[in-house]
Amino acid sequence: MKVIEGSYAVAEAVRVCKPHVISAYPITPQTHIVETLSQMVADGAIKAEYVRVESEFSAISVCIGASAAGTRTYTATTSQGLALMHEALFNAAGMRLPIVMTAVNRSLSAPLSIWNDQQDTISQRDTGWIQLHAENAQEASDTIIQAYKIAEYRSILLPVMVCMDGYILTHVYEPVELWEQKKVDAFLPEFDPVHVLDPKKPKTFGAFADPSLYTEFRYMVQEAMEVAKKKIVDIANEFRDEFGRYYGGLIDEYRAKDAETLILAMGSVIGTIKDAIDEMRADGIPVGLLKIRAYRPFPVDTIRDAVAGAKAIIVLDKNISMGYEGALFTDVKSALYGKSGVTALGFILGLGGRDITKQTIKDMVAKALEAMKSGKVQECEFVDLRKEVL
Amino acid sequence: MKLLAPGHRGCAGCGAAIAVHSILSATGKDVIVVSPTGCLEVISTPYPESAWEVPWIHSLFENTAAVASGVEVARRALGRKDETKVICIGGDGGTVDIGIGSLSGMLERGHDVTYICYDNEAYMNTGIQRSGSTPYDAATTTSPAGKISFGNDRPKKNTPAIAAAHGIPYVATSSIAYPADIGKKVKKAIAIKGPKYLQIHTPCPTGWGFDSNRTIEVGRLAVETALFPIYEMENGKITSVKKIKRKPVEEYLKVQRRFAHLFKKEGGDAEIKKIQETADANAKQLGLDM
Ligand SMILES: Cc1ncc(C[n+]2csc(CCOP(=O)(O)OP(=O)(O)O)c2C)c(N)n1
Ligand SMILES: [Mg+2]
Repeated sequence: MKVIEGSYAVAEAVRVCKPHVISAYPITPQTHIVETLSQMVADGAIKAEYVRVESEFSAISVCIGASAAGTRTYTATTSQGLALMHEALFNAAGMRLPIVMTAVNRSLSAPLSIWNDQQDTISQRDTGWIQLHAENAQEASDTIIQAYKIAEYRSILLPVMVCMDGYILTHVYEPVELWEQKKVDAFLPEFDPVHVLDPKKPKTFGAFADPSLYTEFRYMVQEAMEVAKKKIVDIANEFRDEFGRYYGGLIDEYRAKDAETLILAMGSVIGTIKDAIDEMRADGIPVGLLKIRAYRPFPVDTIRDAVAGAKAIIVLDKNISMGYEGALFTDVKSALYGKSGVTALGFILGLGGRDITKQTIKDMVAKALEAMKSGKVQECEFVDLRKEVL
Repeated sequence: MKLLAPGHRGCAGCGAAIAVHSILSATGKDVIVVSPTGCLEVISTPYPESAWEVPWIHSLFENTAAVASGVEVARRALGRKDETKVICIGGDGGTVDIGIGSLSGMLERGHDVTYICYDNEAYMNTGIQRSGSTPYDAATTTSPAGKISFGNDRPKKNTPAIAAAHGIPYVATSSIAYPADIGKKVKKAIAIKGPKYLQIHTPCPTGWGFDSNRTIEVGRLAVETALFPIYEMENGKITSVKKIKRKPVEEYLKVQRRFAHLFKKEGGDAEIKKIQETADANAKQLGLDM
């Protein structure tokens, strides 16, 4: 156990996964990850080619080329950088290239903000990448190791983004258990690609498909996501057996079994919610938590089962689909459609780095209790809105 | 064996396809080719068919040089000590416009990649729109000639000079009218370590408006009028030029529909004079005249 910065922990996890090619472009608050990796390369602590590209678009494109040429690849970015990658994210998934990325969560301009929310990764929801959200630095780094195993699984072959909240997790110092190389090697075998760019066996990558074939390619990605639903759980279990740490499979639960009110959220806010739950439980309020670990593939059945006994759910979104509501709220409601009569409240909060306190959580629970009593539900609202500056 | 198989879907007389034949004859089989979106990609890879007998990857329109960078470092990372060459073959739009950022990055980082632009002087795949490589006064679908316009109102971007400004070891231009010249330059380029840039003029019968049996002839006229000069630059210095017995630019312009308005519209003469001045300047700067 070592007290280290979250970014350093992630870089360490990347190191033990032995990627052949790393390519990234600096952007706050992802910088400490790529600076640490650069130092490792400079010191010979990692035997990777580090490509210092001129943009995030080229960073992901280098990974695309390198992955197609048969190597394990890594990149990291956030916010504007992730948005700049957008087009290439679809391409990487469609070409079935198992690239792994740390997607540091940060808000998007305008107004410019370097602070945390989750608008950036939510906006890449439909690119075909598997999205896993981490609660703390240990999980963000352990999940990198799991991510390669998920991505490279033969009947998945999809890229994975491991999402971690900017600053809150990237810049925090916490005790982290590091990895023995031997154990990681046993857990994560060498990348053994099916298709490789090689003159000895010439293959065409990135052909175009006409209307008689395009749908089937898309369907195969969807099928791979279904495989991933099972495999993410299996690999989380294997990881627990090997390393003794577990963060849930697709979701995790906290004091949820007998809870009347369930809070659903992703990322670092989970810690605050757990603390608030302990205090509310002490006051006799039966409240629990569903942590969404896999945002894509979306754990529809798992959420349905977990919500079955609850009377109300509260969904937290550090993002908003403008003109509608928080994306997680929409997804959760659609998962429950026709299966549950639960009262559902959605909250938009924590945008652009605004703090989420235990009191914020308690206030939302109070609102849910009130709504159940009165039958009046405001479906989606902004939390802690400063009306005086509007 | 032809490394770009017959039966691809290029138009009759496609200059780009001719260029690819010349390029691959020079490289042989031991290459990995990266191409952007564009005519070449579309004519050669309608799934499940592919005309490529060498490994080939297309990712997007603007990231060819970055993908190639990835391929090159991957082979290094895997410890491959073979002679496999990584080359890009991309259209002018994918090279000089939308892809110039990734091209510049690749050149500046010093990757061992040969980037070859087949220059048909417009976005052909999407229906003949103007690119930064479209020559002055050419009519395209987004720079049409009209009552108050002579077509494209900007000169052709000098991309070889931009490439050379990166301090790379080898830059060259060529034309499909001279397959032996292409072969020689491609062989030379791939033998040099580091980034190389070649720009090959590839007339397009469909986009430029000439009969499909005249591709080579039109290509030769571009060179002989000094509108597409052929030269080599090694480490920033011009080391060879193709000398010509120069012809007036009209001979090149009049055989193409994209310049037809210059011969019909009032004021066309003055425009042709300006084009002649460009050719004269090229000839003078490079010493093209025999
Ligand atoms: C980001 C993006 N913008 C636009 C397009 C549409 N597009 C596809 S090919 C092309 C033109 C290609 O022109 P060029 O590179 O000169 O190749 P050519 O077709 O002329 O051989 C365009 C504009 C695209 N595929 N991607
Ligand atoms: Mg073109």
